[in-house]
Amino acid sequence: MLFTSYTFIAFLCVMLAAYFLTPKRAQWITLLVGSYVFYAFAGAWYFVFILFTTVSAYIISRLLHRVKQKEDEYISSVKDTLGKEERKAYRARSKKKRFNILLWGLVLNFGVLAVLKYTAFAVTNANNILALFGKEAISVPSLLLPMGISFYTFQTCGYLIDVYRAKVEPEKNIAKLALFVSFFPQIVQGPISRFGELHEQLVAPHKFDLKNFTFGVQRILWGFFKKLVIADRVLVAMNTMLDAPENYKGAYVLLLVILYSIQIYADFTGGIDITIGIAEAMGIRLAENFDRPFSSKSTKEYWRRWHITMGSWFRDYIFVPISVTRPMLRLNKALTPKCGRLVASKVVAYTARTVTWLATGIWHGAGWNFIVWGLLNCLVIIVSESFEPLYKKFHDKFPRLTSSSAYGVFMSVRTFLLMSVIRSLDCYRNVPLTFSMWASMLTFKGIGDIFSGGALELGLGVSDFLIIFIAIAVVFVVSKISDIREKLYQRPVLSAALCVTLFISIIMFGAYSVGYDASQFIYNQF
Amino acid sequence: MKKRIITGICAVLITALLLVILNGLVVPKYTDNAEGLLTREYYDEAGDHDVIFVGDCEVYESFIPAYLWEKHGISSYVRGNAQQLVWQSYYMLEDTFRYETPKAVVFNVLALKYGEPQSEAYNRMTLDGMKWSQSKIEAIKASMTEDEALIEYMLPMLRFHSRITQLTRDDFKYIFNAKKVSHSGYLMQKGIVPMTSAEEQGRNLRDYTLPQTAMDYLEKMRLLCQENGTELILIKSPTNSWAYWWYEEWDEQVREYSKENGLAYYNFIDDVEEIGIDYNTDTYDAGVHLNVYGAEKMTDYFGKMLKENHGFDEIEHSQAVASAWNARVEEYYKERNE
Repeated sequence: MLFTSYTFIAFLCVMLAAYFLTPKRAQWITLLVGSYVFYAFAGAWYFVFILFTTVSAYIISRLLHRVKQKEDEYISSVKDTLGKEERKAYRARSKKKRFNILLWGLVLNFGVLAVLKYTAFAVTNANNILALFGKEAISVPSLLLPMGISFYTFQTCGYLIDVYRAKVEPEKNIAKLALFVSFFPQIVQGPISRFGELHEQLVAPHKFDLKNFTFGVQRILWGFFKKLVIADRVLVAMNTMLDAPENYKGAYVLLLVILYSIQIYADFTGGIDITIGIAEAMGIRLAENFDRPFSSKSTKEYWRRWHITMGSWFRDYIFVPISVTRPMLRLNKALTPKCGRLVASKVVAYTARTVTWLATGIWHGAGWNFIVWGLLNCLVIIVSESFEPLYKKFHDKFPRLTSSSAYGVFMSVRTFLLMSVIRSLDCYRNVPLTFSMWASMLTFKGIGDIFSGGALELGLGVSDFLIIFIAIAVVFVVSKISDIREKLYQRPVLSAALCVTLFISIIMFGAYSVGYDASQFIYNQF
Repeated sequence: MKKRIITGICAVLITALLLVILNGLVVPKYTDNAEGLLTREYYDEAGDHDVIFVGDCEVYESFIPAYLWEKHGISSYVRGNAQQLVWQSYYMLEDTFRYETPKAVVFNVLALKYGEPQSEAYNRMTLDGMKWSQSKIEAIKASMTEDEALIEYMLPMLRFHSRITQLTRDDFKYIFNAKKVSHSGYLMQKGIVPMTSAEEQGRNLRDYTLPQTAMDYLEKMRLLCQENGTELILIKSPTNSWAYWWYEEWDEQVREYSKENGLAYYNFIDDVEEIGIDYNTDTYDAGVHLNVYGAEKMTDYFGKMLKENHGFDEIEHSQAVASAWNARVEEYYKERNE
């Protein structure tokens, strides 16, 4: 059930009504039932996987808790009789036991994800190697990827790690845990929530609050606006270029790269706006996933503003743990006397970062393009970091230039273009083709064609480009106004007028219905 | 709080009003293609017809109700549309029986060749003009192609919103009322384009069995007429272009069905000479459809058959009905002789 389908809109209306009409104690049950109904639309077979994740997470988290509880009880009972070293040794043994349990949980859940998502990719690559040796190819299995599996697996594994780290108390009621795993607005494309932030809200009673509801509906409309008016309209031109990339080289590649950035931004942030809006209407606050990423002045900053919950997940559950693993600590120790503390710590950090970005790339999809995309992002960040002293010198030498707003705009445009170019790996989905397109882009051939009517042969007319341009301008202006909803809430007439305009704009200028390829949200695929 | 609620209600009302206006603006006006307006015109004349014609383009280009009245005193209406599928004819008939009970229903069998939904554009032209009823909903459900949605028939602007950037003067002119295009369902074509490919025949088919879905709806149509005491007459109009070829094998199946169920079936393809149709002067599109001159001959011929074989020789009408039909005849000739 796509967010932009009529079925979903009808489902959402019923769901919101049911949620507020249910007695408060049982609201979370309505939410769970609704989430499962939503999931059932994707396919009954997928239930097996989400139930497996829920049940395994429940068992593992309870086991982790029991071992921890035993440890604490034992330590407190022998506090006066056992020595510090013995207590420490006991704790270490208990921690190892918990780690082994956690490992089981992670292997089981990531294992399912890996098998379903990466088997075909692995077999295809194995076949390429076998072909080199003249061996017969293995048949490539075609496995269906359950809806939202990357998101709920990561969210659930985050929960297990938090339980292991004793950051959260494990849920005693499996149905309540099931709701955390399957909460319908966020299951398809995130944000990836933390148990500590979301769980209590999901099971807590919520009375109807006009302000929350209004804000929620506004946010949902805003999401639909971005998705239907901008993303799906831009998609038409992109598809024309991607269907025959050999016909769209030179400056057209640059156009595609820019259009894809606009499209993915409107698509993904639109989807997240709908998700957050639905939750908000029910009184549940989800983590924000974007913070004006295209205004970033560096790649590092960009990744702090784009897909924030994914970035922080990888930071907290992969980057940080890897940085303090024994091999890393040993590497640091070994390098410090030879290269100095700074270089040693940088080597450790860069290694951990490379692994993290490799994982990020793989998470995005089973393809070399995603792996190269992850590694290129990592390379750019590492190079930027390495050049930081040089930048500082430059900034110190030309303080007036570097503090000017023009320089700020230059840095933002530079970051936007760099990120857009790297992102096109996801667009062409073929590494050699992408590289050849980048080479072609640098020739800027055909730039005249684009402006002398070529752009109008991409499936979009003048009115389409005008709609896209105005819609982007609206998004830009809105992003510049801080606390816009609070300000509007103080002026209900203006707020209502803008909502009506937004609604009518979506209906009239949205790219939907017969004639438009009803595209799913890009991040649904992950 | 009170102010917010009032503002909210006003916003909803304004939105509804804007949607009504915008809906009126963006729905197609079919000013270049009058076929999209045929269905809705029926409701202006609904009630008290002796004969109702149902079917595809072959009925609304072959039978002229005004001419049938003038020559034979039989009142009729053509509920036909371009590529009107059998189930659409069935539901349109169901809809018709809500307004009147004709003595006979004449169904053109060419559409029996289709067993599945065909084209969104034709669906919209046929169904959009129907008044809302269970029949319309069922007709939509049976006709929708893969990408269509029922709600887009309920709120046509959801389908046609992209026309907002292509509005013409006609969209404003006919925002809430459509142009009248037919003469009791007959769409007049005065052009003359002789048939150029008389020797060409339809391509060979792998299977000549008429689709079961189509035959099922024909049976439903028969039962519906039976329930209402209306005679169902099956016909095949005389045109037989290679593009819309009527095969002997199909004809055999319809003949067998009509025999089994005691229905009259007339295939006019072989009666062209007797009817007096000349394919050099009586078609407007090289032999695919009859023009007004051909349709007059066909109507007259069929009127005689109705009188001779189906008891239409002794029908009487009130003065009011007669004067309404005389006015329609006048209108008909006005356009014909323009």
